[in-house]
Amino acid sequence: MKKMFFSLPNLLMALLLLAFYGLTYAGLEQGWIDDYYKLNLFLICINIILAVSLNVINGMTGQFSIGHAGFMAIGAYGSAVMTMKLGFPFGAALIVGAVGAALAGLIVGIPTLRLKGDYLAIATLGFGEIIRVIILNIEYVGGAAGLNGIAQYTNWHWIFFLTVATVLVIKNFMTSTHGRACIAIRENEIAAETMGVDITRYKVIAFTIGAFFAGLAGALHAHYFYTIQPTTFGFMKSFDILVFVVLGGLGSLTGSILSAIGLTVLSAFLQDYAELRMVIYSLLLIIVMLVRPQGLMGTAEFSYRGVAKLYDRLSGKGRGPGNDTAVG
Amino acid sequence: MEVFFQQLINGLSLGSIYALIALGYTMVYGIIRLINFAHGDVYMVGAYVGFWATTQGWGFLPALLLSMVVCAVLGMVIERLAYKRLREAPRIAVLITAIGVSFFLESTGVLAVGAKVRTFPNVFPEVKFQLFNGAIVVTNRQLVIMVVTVLLMLLLQYIVHRTKIGKAMRAVSHDAQAAMLMGINVNNTVSATFAIGSALAAAAGVLVGVYYNAINPYMGIMPGLKAFVAAVVGGIGVIPGAFVGGLSLGVIEALVSGYGSSLWRDAVAFALLIIILIVKPSGLFGSNAREKV
Amino acid sequence: MILLSVNHLSKSFGGLKAVSAVNMELRMGELVGLIGPNGAGKTTVFNLLTGVYQPTEGDIALRRQSIVGLKPWQINQRGIARTFQNIRLFNNLTVLENVKIAYHQHASYGIASAILRLPGFYKGEDDMSQKGIELLKIFKLEHKKDELAKNLPYGEQRRLEIARAMAAQPQLLLLDEPAAGMNPQETAELMDMIRWVRQNFDMTILLIEHDMALVMGICERIYVLDYGQIIAEGTPAEIKSNRKVIEAYLGEDISHAHGS
Repeated sequence: MKKMFFSLPNLLMALLLLAFYGLTYAGLEQGWIDDYYKLNLFLICINIILAVSLNVINGMTGQFSIGHAGFMAIGAYGSAVMTMKLGFPFGAALIVGAVGAALAGLIVGIPTLRLKGDYLAIATLGFGEIIRVIILNIEYVGGAAGLNGIAQYTNWHWIFFLTVATVLVIKNFMTSTHGRACIAIRENEIAAETMGVDITRYKVIAFTIGAFFAGLAGALHAHYFYTIQPTTFGFMKSFDILVFVVLGGLGSLTGSILSAIGLTVLSAFLQDYAELRMVIYSLLLIIVMLVRPQGLMGTAEFSYRGVAKLYDRLSGKGRGPGNDTAVG
Repeated sequence: MEVFFQQLINGLSLGSIYALIALGYTMVYGIIRLINFAHGDVYMVGAYVGFWATTQGWGFLPALLLSMVVCAVLGMVIERLAYKRLREAPRIAVLITAIGVSFFLESTGVLAVGAKVRTFPNVFPEVKFQLFNGAIVVTNRQLVIMVVTVLLMLLLQYIVHRTKIGKAMRAVSHDAQAAMLMGINVNNTVSATFAIGSALAAAAGVLVGVYYNAINPYMGIMPGLKAFVAAVVGGIGVIPGAFVGGLSLGVIEALVSGYGSSLWRDAVAFALLIIILIVKPSGLFGSNAREKV
Repeated sequence: MILLSVNHLSKSFGGLKAVSAVNMELRMGELVGLIGPNGAGKTTVFNLLTGVYQPTEGDIALRRQSIVGLKPWQINQRGIARTFQNIRLFNNLTVLENVKIAYHQHASYGIASAILRLPGFYKGEDDMSQKGIELLKIFKLEHKKDELAKNLPYGEQRRLEIARAMAAQPQLLLLDEPAAGMNPQETAELMDMIRWVRQNFDMTILLIEHDMALVMGICERIYVLDYGQIIAEGTPAEIKSNRKVIEAYLGEDISHAHGS
């Protein structure tokens, strides 16, 4: 049973995505989708990128990082400087933002990843804050006032294809021997190491990949919202991203995507009650941890086989509950 | 040189606040290995209780005591409702819950009293003491902070080393299972730890209100994180370590503000944290522990 | 030919000497047992051999090259693989994936071809899967290849751990209480399997075991560790009648100590 890239389900999925892309594009052009929906649609895409990127570190590799907004900040500022101050095209700015964040991830990762659990969490939080304070102190990028008047280059084409690409890249990484090495570290670090996995190398790789895509999300964010400030990328933002990953299930890309969509929609509904939104968010987090600490999906993923199984189960053809690599 | 001594005094006042909060962090971590992220928010609640009491015309000491009692209860409630069931859960789940509780307290605070900054009543009209011909200034508020902190620290030392509950706390933090087998009620001991730690944080909250005159629902985030840094620097789980760590962090921050830029202050605390974590993760007063294979 | 030689190996934790001045030699193809009362330091020796702990003193040489100071994954690449006393599988990976982790170090494709799904990726994964399935067949786990490791019954988890260690194609296999928690029938099957593996894979095996029937039944040579020191070495017959060994086991009839 050879799995290939151009399999029928893959082609179907591609077709579905393209149809979604085309229809949405038409909707945006024709004005069926107004600015409010557009804003939230773009936010969903940015949040998906952030969630799956943090999932590489926290979920797949099991290294608890809570300073993800710091990498987002580097992507946002790096790319904004490229387009605003240096006059580079948007594509180049995106690459610089993401690569800059990845480099920061590498620099942060090498010393910190020797730490474990709680200590690692606090150290990443510390680095996130340090990044923010450094940006705050650079006059060139506006200090506390931030950068204003960034051109709005982020359009539907960019954001759609980059979101899809991010998910695809991370999924392909995860389902390769390199991703398995990361998962092995999460599952049992000592066993992974004695089975020949260079754990330091893979922790740093995971951290760098996560930071890269957080930087990409930051760049898209900066070029959609015109303005960025150091406070945009504080601990609160890191917490938001963490909630996506934890609620969705540490280690499940499907879970991250679903919870990024769900929670963004929820915040849109609660937009007028910003305070209530945080109360609900935090309660949700506490309750999920108490009731289902593995998150919505656990480590399970969406799979075509899973959908088929689910269909069998729902239509009564199944042989009882399957134990599940599948959609729940 | 004057700058140095002036900043030393400012730093010791600020450091006293960190130390009081850090004590709670370190005690809770020592006993159930939990970084209680909500601890900084208990400090915020303490400040608000003190604010309420003093605006009602209460004096400083009654307000301080009320705030400590209220927060002691709050600390126990948080432990019972949120953390207790997670004692056997993976550490990450507990950490996330603690972050959740922290945000819950903050956002509930915003709902209840609004996000705006409140001005703390002027319980002590400021008196300035000029030392060395006015080269160095100490205010009566700074003295109050330092004196109250030292007294509370001594009280804590007494409780931990001389009372029954203190012995139980030390036993549980050493080996919870063995303590249980020896007839110690672990649940009550953990509750007591939360109560004491939270009361200390509440005291810090009231003192900060008196010192800076301004409070808001998010005031707990930064001091909370920094107090955690202080606890780690001193060696988490070690009570005198938290005290020394808190004072040192306050002094270092004051010196950075005095000689450099106050904008860098926050970064310094975290840089210190990372250096300590990498060079000596067990902290200045801590001992190393290994994972069993 | 000597495969492994351990010279004057010592390890202290704080003031406690867990292993002190241990000397051992394993020849190619030998099946050797390491026994001793609880807390004698057997697992510590394994942790030293695999680089999980660094020795305080002494040297470990594999094919005359010192492996002291190497990381566990480097030691694995030099040819030592192990199992754990308390099973350490990758619980949320499938049985086949657990085995494939061991092939990781020989992976034929890089991260870029994984992400871009270049032909090299498919070929590499197919190769690994095929090799893995072959190996699972030997350990009678092939029919469970897609199950999560955590869902296997206990005995199969132990077998999977051995299969995973074998997948690394080691020259020296360290088994830490492979029969712990198994019933007599499972133990007998395990013994057969260990013999079979050794003959067919030409492997050197060092095993820690409390089940004396198993140790005496399959090992050619035995080292006895007590309080961190080697107190005896010899054939099963010699060990059975060794006075020091009997004393170490507190007069228990050694052929019946710990289990059936």
